[in-house]
Amino acid sequence: MIYYLLAAGLLAVGMYAVLVKRNLIKIVMGMLIIEYAVNLMLILVAYRTGGQAPIVTEQMRVSPGPFVDPLPQALILTSIVIGLALVALMVTLCLRLYQRYGTLDTSHIRRLKG
Amino acid sequence: MDLTLAQLLPLFVAVPLLAAFLIPLVRRVHEQAAEGLSLVAGVALLVLCVQVWGRPAGTCHMGGWQPPFGINLILDGLSKLMVILIAVVSACVIVYALTYMKRYTARGPFYSLLMLMIAGMNGVVLSGDLFNLYVFLEIAAISSYALVAFGTQEEELEAAFKYLVLGGVASSLILFGIALLYSLTGTLNLAHMARILAGGEPNRLVFFVAALFLGGFGLKAALVPFHAWLPDAHPSAPAPISAMLSGLLIKALGVYALVRLFYNVLPLEGASTALIALGILSMVIGVFLAVGQWDFKRLLAYHSISQMGYVLLGIGLGTPLGLAGGLFHLVNHGVFKSLLFLCSGSVERSTGTRNLKELGGLWKPMPVTSATCSVASLSISGVPPFNGFWSKLIIIIATAQAATQLGPVAYVLAAVTVLVSFMTLVSFVKVQKYALFGALPERLARVREASTAMCLSLVLLAVLCIGLGVGSFWALPKLVHPARDAARDRVGYMERVLPAPEIERMVLAGGPADE
Amino acid sequence: MNAGMTLIVKTTARLVLTFIMVFAAALALYGHVTPGGGFAGGAVAACGLILMLLAFGRLETAKVVGKQGASTWECVGALGFLVIALVGYTAGMFFTNVLPEGETFRLLSAGTVLWSNVAIFVKITAGLFAVYAVLAAFRMAEEPTQEERP
Repeated sequence: MIYYLLAAGLLAVGMYAVLVKRNLIKIVMGMLIIEYAVNLMLILVAYRTGGQAPIVTEQMRVSPGPFVDPLPQALILTSIVIGLALVALMVTLCLRLYQRYGTLDTSHIRRLKG
Repeated sequence: MDLTLAQLLPLFVAVPLLAAFLIPLVRRVHEQAAEGLSLVAGVALLVLCVQVWGRPAGTCHMGGWQPPFGINLILDGLSKLMVILIAVVSACVIVYALTYMKRYTARGPFYSLLMLMIAGMNGVVLSGDLFNLYVFLEIAAISSYALVAFGTQEEELEAAFKYLVLGGVASSLILFGIALLYSLTGTLNLAHMARILAGGEPNRLVFFVAALFLGGFGLKAALVPFHAWLPDAHPSAPAPISAMLSGLLIKALGVYALVRLFYNVLPLEGASTALIALGILSMVIGVFLAVGQWDFKRLLAYHSISQMGYVLLGIGLGTPLGLAGGLFHLVNHGVFKSLLFLCSGSVERSTGTRNLKELGGLWKPMPVTSATCSVASLSISGVPPFNGFWSKLIIIIATAQAATQLGPVAYVLAAVTVLVSFMTLVSFVKVQKYALFGALPERLARVREASTAMCLSLVLLAVLCIGLGVGSFWALPKLVHPARDAARDRVGYMERVLPAPEIERMVLAGGPADE
Repeated sequence: MNAGMTLIVKTTARLVLTFIMVFAAALALYGHVTPGGGFAGGAVAACGLILMLLAFGRLETAKVVGKQGASTWECVGALGFLVIALVGYTAGMFFTNVLPEGETFRLLSAGTVLWSNVAIFVKITAGLFAVYAVLAAFRMAEEPTQEERP
């Protein structure tokens, strides 16, 4: 249970960075932290006490005990790819904005306040 | 070709995806190939809709894997309604974009992204699996972020960045909710989840997940207080994209997901008050902010927020009449709002400005645009016999009838709805007066009508407005009532995908492991 | 970015690049037997290509694979995946496994999963490299003029 709360805490840290910080790159990092927090949450959901990695090798003939849940691991892979696309887009936008305005401070870029 | 329903369903997603990835390849061969290919894809989607129209509801088990192990696509009344809406509006937008986009340089990526967005939306409305829904939602959303930034002017870049950050936070909230739901139910299949959730008693975690989904999908649907991205993002995008965003994306991603989740999977009781409250808030705030606007597209964007409030009010009421009104208004708004955005695009293309104070008297030089704009304005204001009138009437009656469950506040809500409708009328009369009628300023003396392709799509959508309005007594039973029945029929949804004997068999065989 | 790095880096990169590519291919091809699969293999291969870009500079890398080539290969990979999915139609349903499933733990088993991994490998390599190449080639134009600065 404590781990779930920690993941939620990481989410809160990321939210703080997105909402409060004024530098564009810090906002991007805040987004990344939020995304990490959610992926972490997914992994925590997958854990089973005493489980092993869900790989069946040739040497196993007898079922060796509980496996960790492999489904969220697939979900996390997909989520990482989605986050990658999002970050690539964000960074490109930051580059373009810097090219136009010469600054990364949102209080100077007109519409991004709030 | 005689394909079964199950074989047709994946084509809704596969055809736009094919088009999206073929476009960059064929563009190196021939310049105009991108436009031609997207036109072919749009027509193919319409053909698929015609094929699917008469069929009864069904599922498609992808790859032959049975649920709940595999991913399945589901076509019931609600999905059918959304798929048809998506296909029709995207076809009109593609036709419009053929000439509108001639001014932009990177046309190949534009059509590719547009196709990806359509594929994503189709995937969202057809998906029967929660994570599959999330993945397609992200495909559509990321394509829309890129499309909003398309012209790379300052306004567009800033709007796209804001939209991106807010949309990304919303998607993370949704994924968080999915993680929690998975830990609670042990499955991602919507029908299986519904079965498990219906069996147990209400859980605090389910309420938390419902709140997360309300926040996440509510931001995608631009509900107040999550609407901050919409007034910047919709005006700055190129006009066909604004039409797609306002007419389809906020519905398919936001409202449809809310309906599907709250009606079929999660329990509705606690959420209905929240939905009604958010709906009323969106309606009122949207229209008050819209009345003072002088930028044509920004005004339309604020009205989108307001009209989404109508839809949410109808959906939140939960009564059959309310849901039918909400869904009908969803369809109508998709049609007339995209028509309005396309008109504003053609006005901006011809005159070079979006400021209502600088426009005027466009009736003479641009008759087709003006006529269709008037049709759409009358529809959104709720003037009979256009389609907006019927859906708003149904919602108002349903609100008043809800006095039994809500108490006398229901009459107040109904009165507020009528007031908002009146203010919408005032706002659009202002638009008409300043943009279409009045004197033609000197600057605009040499304005010409928009090109044929643009006019064609405008006329098509206007005909639909009139048709849905005059023929609403035909449209309602055929289109909206099956959607409403499919949404309210929680048990039917479960039965269609996972008939009960299969559950017994799976449990006996030691089915999927739980916590 | 244009000229690449020193001779030491270039020599080392030349040696290491082969191993990286082989490792990536192994990750992708054995994806149905060991952990990894198309995406992991593609990411490693993209890292190899990015290493080439960093060590040898943009102009040298463009002779091997440029932005346009990356875009094409990405589409080819995605189309390959779609074609595999559509081929499932011949067996009656979207995405079914049409190739024979051999014995487990062998390379040529698990039907279409192997070829899906290959298609995804191509797509991810090209895609990630394209993202990096575009960002690296982004020319920061001359300093914003005085009028644009607030």
